[in-house]
Amino acid sequence: MNPTFIDTEKFRAQMEELRRNGMDFLRDIIGMDWGEEGLGAIYTLENSSTHETCEIAVRCTSRETPTIASVHDLWSVAEFYEREVYDFFGIKFDKHPDMRRLFLRSDWVGYPLRKDYDESEAINPIRMENEIPEDVQRDYEIAEDAERELYVKQTNKIFGDQYIINIGPQHPATHGVLRFRLALDGEEIRKIDVHCGYIHRGIEKMSEKMTYPQILAFTDRLDYLSAHQNRHALCMCIEKAMGIEPTDRVQYIRTIMDELQRIDSHLLFLSCAAMDLGAITTFIYGFRDREKVLDIFEEVTGGRLIQNYNIIGGVQADITPDFARKVKEFCNYQKSKIEEYNNVFTNNTITRKRMMGVGVLSRQDAISYGCTGGSGRASGWACDVRKRHPYALYDKVDFKEIIYNNGDCYDRFLVRIDEILQSIHIIEQLIDNIPEGDYKVKTKPIIRIPEGRYSAAVEGSRGEFGVFIESRGDKSPYRLKFRPMGLPLVAAMHKILKGAKIADLIAIGATLDYVIPDIDR
Amino acid sequence: MLDFGTITTTIDQYLHSVMPTQAALIVECILVALCAVLAYVMLAIVMIFMERKVCAAFQCRLGPMRVGFWGLLQVFADVFKMLIKEIISIDRSDKVLYNLAPYLVVMSSVLTFSCLPFAQGLQVLDFNIGVFFIMAASSFGVLGILLAGWSSNNKYSMIGAVRSGAQMISYELSIGLCILVIVVLSGTMQISELVEAQRDGWFIFKGHIPAFTAFIIYLIAGNAETNRAPFDLPEAESELTAGFHTEYSGMHFGFFYVAEFMNLFIVAGIASTLFLGGWAPLHIAGFGAFNAIMDYIPGSVWFLGKTFFVIWLLMWVRWTFPRMRIDQVVSLEWKYLLPIGLVNLLIMTICVVCGWTF
Repeated sequence: MNPTFIDTEKFRAQMEELRRNGMDFLRDIIGMDWGEEGLGAIYTLENSSTHETCEIAVRCTSRETPTIASVHDLWSVAEFYEREVYDFFGIKFDKHPDMRRLFLRSDWVGYPLRKDYDESEAINPIRMENEIPEDVQRDYEIAEDAERELYVKQTNKIFGDQYIINIGPQHPATHGVLRFRLALDGEEIRKIDVHCGYIHRGIEKMSEKMTYPQILAFTDRLDYLSAHQNRHALCMCIEKAMGIEPTDRVQYIRTIMDELQRIDSHLLFLSCAAMDLGAITTFIYGFRDREKVLDIFEEVTGGRLIQNYNIIGGVQADITPDFARKVKEFCNYQKSKIEEYNNVFTNNTITRKRMMGVGVLSRQDAISYGCTGGSGRASGWACDVRKRHPYALYDKVDFKEIIYNNGDCYDRFLVRIDEILQSIHIIEQLIDNIPEGDYKVKTKPIIRIPEGRYSAAVEGSRGEFGVFIESRGDKSPYRLKFRPMGLPLVAAMHKILKGAKIADLIAIGATLDYVIPDIDR
Repeated sequence: MLDFGTITTTIDQYLHSVMPTQAALIVECILVALCAVLAYVMLAIVMIFMERKVCAAFQCRLGPMRVGFWGLLQVFADVFKMLIKEIISIDRSDKVLYNLAPYLVVMSSVLTFSCLPFAQGLQVLDFNIGVFFIMAASSFGVLGILLAGWSSNNKYSMIGAVRSGAQMISYELSIGLCILVIVVLSGTMQISELVEAQRDGWFIFKGHIPAFTAFIIYLIAGNAETNRAPFDLPEAESELTAGFHTEYSGMHFGFFYVAEFMNLFIVAGIASTLFLGGWAPLHIAGFGAFNAIMDYIPGSVWFLGKTFFVIWLLMWVRWTFPRMRIDQVVSLEWKYLLPIGLVNLLIMTICVVCGWTF
């Protein structure tokens, strides 16, 4: 990956030019601290129809007041990405409408991903009191009544005097610690403000001090429902950088495991979507069948949720002798169960009424917000990385990219159900032909990546998962960035929620299928 | 059939013979209250156990199996746990209303419960506007729910309570219309007479099409009245965590819980009294021997059997359907059930006037 460096003055014009030329998918903005050379960011762009990619890097000379022109009006998702860069690097984005921190507390001192950041606990102690939200303005006023007492008047700059309700951070339907602040008018939602960062662990910061094999363990803890794919992406990136070519056997195992993981994730999606809509029986059905995938994982990898299976140059352990038989058994079983889900839930009148036409995300918005994965494909955007930039064995197997066109909750639901069948189809083509060979390539005890910038992307369970590594030749990366699958989905929330009710928020959240540790990292 | 009226009369006469009238009345009141509350609690325990097992069966599970044989003691363990839990007081809540609300809900439920005819002569109140009284008593439960939501100082509770108010008041109309259909058919509001009239044939058969329509509408509306899926929006756990009872703990929560279960029993009990003949056995005209055998089965068994059948129907629905949205719930009532109910009442009236009933 070789980004083109552009001056801050010419940056905005260049980006507008690229946007006009069809670069409509902003995959990620990677904040960078190049030390002496200054702070900056790398923008990775893609043309959604030709799949042509390009990388633009911009560098600010000043460390005190670094400023880059905002591109939130060209790509809507930039609003959130830029807030993330501001949060970690302190780069201000000119003309950004809402330059608040995204993950950290508003009273956090310093910008943690800068190389000169002071980690001492004296500066950022564990604070025991609540932060004062940045959007609350405090004025001192004198009461109008006879007592004429001095009191603090709080006005909310975002919501004004609307009726505000918190969904989260502890809420059954957010599937984790995500917090929405909603302004309500009766049951209808007027405005939404997303608060991330309740499970922010600073994985990117930690990675800068860890060796590469140690970093592998973090990937499973990002989106725990695409643990395999995440780790696959990082292994792929490191292997690419080191010039290691995994054996065919490894590619087969990785592809099969990726698809099993996708089935696992989609079954959990189905269960939780049903649960959020109040159909608890379907929830149990989904979990009953997911258990079978987890049993296979447990037998092969030793782990059920977090498997730690891929390693640099191969996989941790060879597959068990009856792996193929068990997987085939599961595939046959699962195919028959899809009908059951459809009978009890998908074709139910109430389900259809609750989902059809609710939470529509247009194709244009899906691309602009970078909503990849099932949510993007439900809006008619062919965004499957397995088709766009095939990796592992995906160019050798036959499978269909599921695309629906309405972009509503029901389509987002159907995409996942159909993808389960496609994943089974992929597995069936591979499972009988796993070639003999080594399950891992011998690597040096200490892994160093040659100097340079490397990236890799895989199709995670809910979108494109990307890894970016900038190496200076050490045994740990100079900068490591994961492209989250969930952040674009959450960024698109306010667009999708136009005119929705509280119950619709739950249906939309369930079908967007975000996983919070992946958003927060 | 065994008439419980004789037993109660004997007790009444005995009490009057050993003490003055006033004292006898007080003793009777206490006895009746004790029996009613005891039956209420016992049935609640049976129902909670039944719900767990029925739900487990629908979900391909076994349900509770560890506590006692086949999990029989599970509910007792649950109740014990709930009893020893702390009742939390909420900061800046309206203390009086907050503490009053669960009692209002449970009171309304017990009051309605005691009007149900469990067998011939086995009912607390039997007067000429019995059905009307049941409706009045059952409808003030919503007051407790509204107060609970209002006084909790919690926005989720508030939204849940408002939803509950909108839903219950709407569906009360349909319930009223369905009951009116039966009142038109039987010409009485007294519960004992209603059941007596069904000895030769249950109203759902006697009133054929309009009665059957009314039965279906009653089940839908009754399900909505009890706040159970697909009408469980007031406590939609994935939207409002627990709705109006979010802030309640310990036995205060227990009251809501028990009242909800017993409201299900009451709805099913009224359905079986009005449509399925209450404690009246199944009689088919012309089959004397069959009718005689049916008469040997005690009335309370008939009543409970029919009631639990209806409860099972409602549980089936509850564990199958997803939840509706508030606008869909309200439009279902006002756009569909209410007009159908009104036309149905008209048809029944015409049938009765023209004598087209069995």
